[in-house]
Amino acid sequence: MNLMNNVISQNIIRFIVLVLVQTLVLNNVNFLGYLNPYIYVLFIILFPIKNNRLLFLCLSFFLGLTIDLFLDSGGIHAAACVSIAYIRPVILKFSFGMIYEHQTIKFSSTEFGKRLSYFTILILVHHIILFSLEIFNSSKIILIVKKSLFSSIFTIVLCLLITILFSRKKR
Amino acid sequence: MQQILNFLIKHKTFLLFLLLFSLSLFFTIQSHGYHKSKFINSANVITGGIYEVANNFGAYIDLKKENEILLEENTRLKSILYNANQDSLKAPYLDAELSRQRFKFTPAIVTKNSYSASNNYLTINKGIRDSITQDLGVITSKGIIGIIDNTSNNYARVMSVLNTNIRVNAKLKKTDHIGSLEWNADSPEFVQLMDMPIQAPVQIGDTIVTGGRSTIFPKGIGIGIVNSFHKDATENYYEIQVNLFNDMTNIGHVYIIKNLDSFEISTLNELDE
Repeated sequence: MNLMNNVISQNIIRFIVLVLVQTLVLNNVNFLGYLNPYIYVLFIILFPIKNNRLLFLCLSFFLGLTIDLFLDSGGIHAAACVSIAYIRPVILKFSFGMIYEHQTIKFSSTEFGKRLSYFTILILVHHIILFSLEIFNSSKIILIVKKSLFSSIFTIVLCLLITILFSRKKR
Repeated sequence: MQQILNFLIKHKTFLLFLLLFSLSLFFTIQSHGYHKSKFINSANVITGGIYEVANNFGAYIDLKKENEILLEENTRLKSILYNANQDSLKAPYLDAELSRQRFKFTPAIVTKNSYSASNNYLTINKGIRDSITQDLGVITSKGIIGIIDNTSNNYARVMSVLNTNIRVNAKLKKTDHIGSLEWNADSPEFVQLMDMPIQAPVQIGDTIVTGGRSTIFPKGIGIGIVNSFHKDATENYYEIQVNLFNDMTNIGHVYIIKNLDSFEISTLNELDE
């Protein structure tokens, strides 16, 4: 029970901290004029694997909507978040293989390559959905590809750095 | 019935996903229309308050720059005041028409600004309690910023000129040829002036100002200078690339313009229809 509470409070704090860092700091980065990292997806990436999928979908939707509220972006973050929350089990299986079946993996103790592929796929899918909906114009497909690709690289690097930094601290 | 229930239970995750996804699509599509995003906007108590607190910390860094801008504006206004035609001051009678106030200005501070998305909005710290309503113009001392599209009690959301949905009536400063100002989401420095008649004597370096045909902006507020222009697909109009006066990436203090005659003008226009 105690462990359970610990996990819940950890995720609540993570939710709030990620939303605040994202909206107040990272959205003002505007590297090269248009590149922003969207590290709030870490909440979805690191969410406990043993979960109630319905609750997980609702939480992801709520996370995306909160970001949308701050950024005045309609519902694009919510749509991208719900999508990656829905396809996460497939990608977990693809990246981690059989270990995932036992539902015992801890992200900090997995192989770097597997973790990288897991992060990359989720973040790439998230960004492609995000920018397609944001720009919403098939004649600007190059802009969509450019934005999603470069922002993804930015996000992936930051997410990996953050997970490495914070997993060291806990030991 | 039993089968329908079984189906629902079996696919409940997928159905929930579909529901939430379509809900977010609904919000997205709504946000593309002007004045429609009532629920999801940053002019509410929570997000507006958080942005205001964060802005209080950040405001000190820009203080020096802001002071320079204010000084510049003061200098310009003083030069207008002292060089004004003295005749108007010596007029033998006071004309009520001359002294009647047409526009009311309210100062505000930008607590959130964005310019990298394709539909950008600003949040300012004035709202319904400061008698700010929808469709008021927002400017700085240099030129236009945008139009208010949503308000709460203490905050308002401004649709930036860097928004693909915005249309502002604009004209050449030297003549009265009008066009419509839009943004193609490419660069935060440039906006596009469409539908400028080909008869207009456009030259690179010309000043573009607001046209004053709508009740939102008064006539003659600066927008930018012509950077380049070419004929559009119909060959009857110019498409002009306008370099904005304002640096949209760095905006601190703004003024909100309220046209006190707007009700009168709009009721007059409705008579036609």
